[in-house]
Amino acid sequence: MNLWQYILRRLFYIIPTILGVALIIFVIFNVVAPDPALIMLGKHATVAQIAELRNELGLNKPMWAQYLDIVKSAFTFEFGRSWTTKQEIIQMIKNGAIPSLTLTLPAFILSTVIAISISLVVSFFRGKWIDKCAVFFCVLLMSVTSLAYILFGQWFFAYKLGWFEISGYESGFPNFIPYVVLPIIIWIILSIGPDVRFYRTVMLDEIYQDYVRTAKAKGLSERVILFKHVLKNAMIPIITFVVIQIPFLILGALLLESFFSIPGLGGITLNGVYNSDFPVIKAMTILTAMAYIIFSVITDVLYTVVDPRVRLK
Amino acid sequence: MSQSNIQSVEGVEIEETKLKNSKSLWDHALENIFRDKMAVASLFIVGFYALISVLSATGVIAADWAVEVGPSYSAPGADYLFGTDIFGRSVFTKMIKGTEVAMSVGLVAAIISVCIGVVLGSIAGYFGGKIDELIVWFYTCFQSIPTIMLLVALSFVLGRGLVSMYVALGLTSWVNLCRLIRGEVMRHKNRDYVQAASALGGGHSRKLIKHIFPNVSHLVIINFSLMFQTAIKTEVILSYLGLGVQGRPSWGTMIDDAKLELARGVWWQLGAATLAMMIVVLSLNILGDALRDALDPKLKGK
Repeated sequence: MNLWQYILRRLFYIIPTILGVALIIFVIFNVVAPDPALIMLGKHATVAQIAELRNELGLNKPMWAQYLDIVKSAFTFEFGRSWTTKQEIIQMIKNGAIPSLTLTLPAFILSTVIAISISLVVSFFRGKWIDKCAVFFCVLLMSVTSLAYILFGQWFFAYKLGWFEISGYESGFPNFIPYVVLPIIIWIILSIGPDVRFYRTVMLDEIYQDYVRTAKAKGLSERVILFKHVLKNAMIPIITFVVIQIPFLILGALLLESFFSIPGLGGITLNGVYNSDFPVIKAMTILTAMAYIIFSVITDVLYTVVDPRVRLK
Repeated sequence: MSQSNIQSVEGVEIEETKLKNSKSLWDHALENIFRDKMAVASLFIVGFYALISVLSATGVIAADWAVEVGPSYSAPGADYLFGTDIFGRSVFTKMIKGTEVAMSVGLVAAIISVCIGVVLGSIAGYFGGKIDELIVWFYTCFQSIPTIMLLVALSFVLGRGLVSMYVALGLTSWVNLCRLIRGEVMRHKNRDYVQAASALGGGHSRKLIKHIFPNVSHLVIINFSLMFQTAIKTEVILSYLGLGVQGRPSWGTMIDDAKLELARGVWWQLGAATLAMMIVVLSLNILGDALRDALDPKLKGK
């Protein structure tokens, strides 16, 4: 089977997943959730008002039509309007994407590079005290809630010491840079713990393989083995781990954006949460789920490109 | 050569000592864990937290958390161990009371997700075929939705409060365990001992529960501590989003309060809640790693 056939078939397989995701969202928001008309109008609404609003929101349609609307929106990205701002949601998402990416993209790239470098060093010293300390330190970093890092970082480094902007955002390069530096640093601190632990595991998986012993027997230096052999073979799990995180980048850094007032997608989502704005939450859920599904296909395809041993079936 | 000779000469004796000293996986695991000082210390700490939460739930300690003990925002010191909050309540007592919410959220959420994960995972792995495809489809869909969005959506649907938090956290954390159990059950179902059980006339449920499950149950233990600490950490985020418990102190609401207090230099509420949480989450992490090393020799040292 050639690559294109494989990609087509893999794309065909995502259809049931999309239908299933739409089903879960439908069940949560359209079946189980309390009537949005009641939430929006409050307790003292008249029956006529409620009926009118239900009609306006499309809640009078039969259930299957409401479900189809969700499936359709996964492809057309027509999510309707926000209940609070009355804006087109797709427009809000377009406006929020760039600010989000100015934060998440550099943060993600930096944290990945740093984590892989640290894990290479750590697996070089595997079993020694450096390794043990690093692992303990990672667990320690992971044990503190992300809110504590954000609150403390913002208060101490931005407010008390005045090294960074406390909050706010300016669009356009390079105006945004001063506003995203501290959030990026906090992001890196947040992700370094789990990342280093994961990459270290991946490296150690490879280090005990036979080909490493052969390479050692050939007299190759530890450095060559680590960088040329181990890193190459560890690529598959690393790629999976990296690529599958990308979809969540579009969700933005929910908490970071809200604390630092960055007008990104994370902020939009959180405002949706605060205001019980169902269409916005629904839209963001569908969007990230779609991105996740597509990126999981990309990961599978990348395997075959990176590793000739992976056979298409 | 020489070794096999010795064995054949002293064969009987060796057999006997082997039998006497033969230990199950669990015996070995317990031995390993008790040899690991960090793991034992973590176990004690988790036990201590559990004790505190039971005592606070029964009203023996920290029942007076709502009482005003001093002026608002007193700094930590000899009078007020961890300072006071805006209403002059003792932050230390609130922290103790918060343990109750955190531990119960961790425990109940982990139990719910273990139940879902084990049942679905073993059914999928054991029966295979269409049922397997259906369950795999189900968890693939679940997994495609970011956990935080699913949590938010579920909290909306279920309303605010402790029970809905248990359910929301339980419903969003079972996929990983389900996948692991499915894979392990699949590996085990064609083994000789399972075939022997069917030859003896054991039905599906007997084979699954009595024979296969004990061989995959270590995955549950390992994942339990992981889910426990994830639930504790997520409770804080949910409380910050206003979707957490109301009307009683939790570490999440304490950290949420700190958002406004920090600008006035009031750091002790954040500090107390973070410290309390860090210690228990760190212990659960270390315990989880020790359990994994002890119970899953394949993963040793990672």
